[in-house]
Amino acid sequence: MHQVTLDRWSRLASPIHRLDARAKIVGALALLVSLVAFRPAEAWLPAGYFALVMVLAAVARLPLAGVLVRATVVLPFAGPVAALSLFGGDAARGAVSLAKSYVCACIILFLLGTTSLPALLRGLESLGAPRFFLIVAQFLYRYLFVLSEQAQHMMQARRCRAPRSSRRGLAQFASGALAALFARSYGRAERIHQAMLARGFQGHLALAPASALGRAEWFFLASVAVAVALLQLTPWTP
Amino acid sequence: MDPLIRVRNLRFRYDDGTQALDGLDFDLYPGETVALFGPNGSGKTTLLLCLVGLLDGEGEIEVCGQRLRRETRALIRQKTGVLFQDSDDQLFMPTVFDDVAFGPRNLGLDPARVERKVRHCLRVVGLEGAAAKAPYHLSAGEKRRAALAGVLALDPEVLALDEPATFLDPPGRAALIETLRALPQAKLIVTHDVDLARELGTRAVFLSAGRIIDSGPVEKIARRYQWETARIDDCVAGD
Repeated sequence: MHQVTLDRWSRLASPIHRLDARAKIVGALALLVSLVAFRPAEAWLPAGYFALVMVLAAVARLPLAGVLVRATVVLPFAGPVAALSLFGGDAARGAVSLAKSYVCACIILFLLGTTSLPALLRGLESLGAPRFFLIVAQFLYRYLFVLSEQAQHMMQARRCRAPRSSRRGLAQFASGALAALFARSYGRAERIHQAMLARGFQGHLALAPASALGRAEWFFLASVAVAVALLQLTPWTP
Repeated sequence: MDPLIRVRNLRFRYDDGTQALDGLDFDLYPGETVALFGPNGSGKTTLLLCLVGLLDGEGEIEVCGQRLRRETRALIRQKTGVLFQDSDDQLFMPTVFDDVAFGPRNLGLDPARVERKVRHCLRVVGLEGAAAKAPYHLSAGEKRRAALAGVLALDPEVLALDEPATFLDPPGRAALIETLRALPQAKLIVTHDVDLARELGTRAVFLSAGRIIDSGPVEKIARRYQWETARIDDCVAGD
């Protein structure tokens, strides 16, 4: 199966990729919260954050066009909210909220594109995120690939045996395939549980303890803090 | 010499009524590598799962002198490393390192010891450079070796391997055989692969309808049941 783009990006080599995930999570959270929470009607604020994220993405050697395109995924969700402001007679506020949503998506993509999921989950755990949700996310991500691969194999098998099937036939296949996929997933879950028990699992996942943050991480966090302070304190509106 | 694994009159019936094991007796001695042959559905995998208490059969099971009971199950699972048929079932942690470390961490070892053990086991299976990789980035052969490293990290005295060479290409299979050959543990290998059994096995047993019906040198058992060229009728005739 082809690897997902973010997974591929997260395996690039750059100074930002090498940073501890905790620093990147805290940095991204600082950007997100400060962007969303303060100066709601400031039209140029999202542009400043956008420039900052693009600089960070460039340092991380992420493909900027790819980031820009993928961030548009947020627009269908943010668009209706912005439209409400527009119809309410406050077009500027609607545009700012749309721009902020887009920049938030860029920040999230920057975090996910520079941090592998294992590192991200471990970072979140060290920062106190609920372990149960992290374990669920970890298993979901791990087996998403396996299940997608199984689904692809079933699709290929269908194409081989019914190269010219009708829409109705396709719908029938889809319902049958979903049921088969569910049954297989259930069977796999049982086998995974057996494999865990066979290696001493007794109800909770024992993970590695976190180490202290290094100089590079503190430098990154300080840089983000300074940038956020500058963006927030700059009088954008003349 | 006392056997490492001693099984007497083991029976197991699945919920759907299938009698998978039907009064099975089996011994595995230190230093042995026993190939377990038998048709599909004859109870080979069920036997492995019963050995470590993942399925509760009736009868007696002793592993390394410990009778299998609820209280001894954890210890027996530590002493018996099970390699599952599908490595994707066994590699459930986000990175190879974390997966190999899963067992030692569950044993409560300190982080430095866990790290040493993981590095050692990855070196044994030839995957030193794969520690930070996610399991889905590994080839089938690498996955199998990573799963084996996870098993070895528990320092087992016995290895129970379910179809270890399935889906491997010839180089991957050869690498796995080399790795297995170098391991000192006694091994019970469920396999249809007679060549693998020839290369590793000191003995073979033939399982049919939940019972061991024959035991002896690999070559003799393979020939007696025409196991390389067998048709289903031959297997039934072998019963």
